[in-house]
Amino acid sequence: MSTPEQPAAPAAPKPTRIPPIVTLDAKFFWEGADKELFLGQKCGDCGEFRFPPRPMCPKCFSVKREEVPLSGKGTVHSWAIARHPPPFGFKEAPIIAVIELEEGIRFVSNVVGVGYDEVVQDMPVEVTFEPTMNNHKVPVFRPIKK
Amino acid sequence: MARKFTEAAIAGIGATEFSKDSGRSELQLAAECAKAACDDAGISPHDIDGMITFTIDNSDEMMLARCLGVKNLAYTTRIPGGGAAAAGTIFQAMAMINAGVCNNVLIWRAMNERSQYRFGQNPTNTTSYQSGNGTGSLLWCVPFGAMTPASWGALQAQRYMHKYGVTNRDLGLISVQQRKYAASNPKAWFYNKPITLEDHQASKWIMEPLLRMLDCCQESDGGQAILVTSLERARDLKQKPVRILGATQSIPYNVEVISNYYHEDLTVMPEAVGTGKRLWEMTGLKPSDMQAAMIYDAFTPHVLLQLEGFGFCKPGEGKDFVKSGALAIDGILPTNTHGGLLGEAYIHGMNSMAEGVRQIRGTSVNQVKSVTNVLVSSGMAGAVLSAD
Repeated sequence: MSTPEQPAAPAAPKPTRIPPIVTLDAKFFWEGADKELFLGQKCGDCGEFRFPPRPMCPKCFSVKREEVPLSGKGTVHSWAIARHPPPFGFKEAPIIAVIELEEGIRFVSNVVGVGYDEVVQDMPVEVTFEPTMNNHKVPVFRPIKK
Repeated sequence: MARKFTEAAIAGIGATEFSKDSGRSELQLAAECAKAACDDAGISPHDIDGMITFTIDNSDEMMLARCLGVKNLAYTTRIPGGGAAAAGTIFQAMAMINAGVCNNVLIWRAMNERSQYRFGQNPTNTTSYQSGNGTGSLLWCVPFGAMTPASWGALQAQRYMHKYGVTNRDLGLISVQQRKYAASNPKAWFYNKPITLEDHQASKWIMEPLLRMLDCCQESDGGQAILVTSLERARDLKQKPVRILGATQSIPYNVEVISNYYHEDLTVMPEAVGTGKRLWEMTGLKPSDMQAAMIYDAFTPHVLLQLEGFGFCKPGEGKDFVKSGALAIDGILPTNTHGGLLGEAYIHGMNSMAEGVRQIRGTSVNQVKSVTNVLVSSGMAGAVLSAD
């Protein structure tokens, strides 16, 4: 008589979110995100923040740049629920949002950990990370608990 | 060759049928609509000497020129920014004629954007979001489930709608009006198919709580071409000339075509403000001098943002402007009288340019009375078409 098999420990579900599209000028950003760092780019000469990342400062034209940690805090500047077609890789319709970051730049992301009827214009949020296919991570935002 | 400033005019327009399954190649659609535009003008395709399309048109200039037997091509260019290119092509054609470097400029846009690929579905190939098409930030959207033009457009419009209390029901009035125009346009996919506001409100959410299915343009197969020449020459051709009184592109700092979240105030459309400002300066006209307008209507909120940007009403007043019946045939600004991209077809805005031409000629199926000037626009670009 064979012994009953031990039930296998439930494996964490494989991430289905598509990985970021990495370009040379934004490589630092996604490499940081993989390590759960939320990095911004500022000019190495005049200190101006810019997004999307780019090789030259639009103010002083310097190509020196600094990659600095951002506070990860911001507000929901614009948002909507993506219903149809259901976006690839999401089990439930994601809340997509433009986040206005404290540093004065904007970043498209998701608002997570909040019900569809709980999103409020300009609500304060903070960064967290979610896994994607191919072992990458992307910054998403959750409400700041009061 | 000796050059002098030469007034430009549209001498021909031509299109294929607008469908969901053309059953032939995009190059064939391009060739057919180009030939139709030349026939409409009364010129031989052999004499085309300039060719303009969108960066994302899949037909090759050389192959199309070979189809048409173009003898001696002098100029080609492509305009970036997806549908923003629509009026940009008119601007470029005008500039080439003005500069005296071309005599017969062919503009075309032809696509199987329903049977061969679909803009409204999840992407199958994300390499198309790389640079080169003026839509440089889409790659920052896709990992977050913002994968379709409706999702990008909704994010662009939400803060505007919130600020001014624009509801989805308000947007529905634009759809209902345009479907009314389409219902009497035999070329429209939605010919004989008007909708009510209740139909609009019953259509499914695409981007909740902003856009429903009936706020979105169609996906279509088809081709549209326009033939631009000098005003002087156009006067000797088959059709009544349609002057290009002024035309421009406008891309203010940090603006892009649809992933347009990085400029200062998301409750305005700076590119439309810039387009309007240049057009009114260039032509000496003002919004109230327009008897009709063709406004890029990929999604209904962007019609409001453009009406405000061009100065037809003040910021935030777009929804009341629409509610007043302004866009109707007897309104103060009959708009998208062919049914627009929602009602007629989505030929990337070029079919709306053609409707502007018909309004000036007096040949629209929904003809506005006593038309002298029409604004045709695609947000980042616009033109004022005028009677000779």
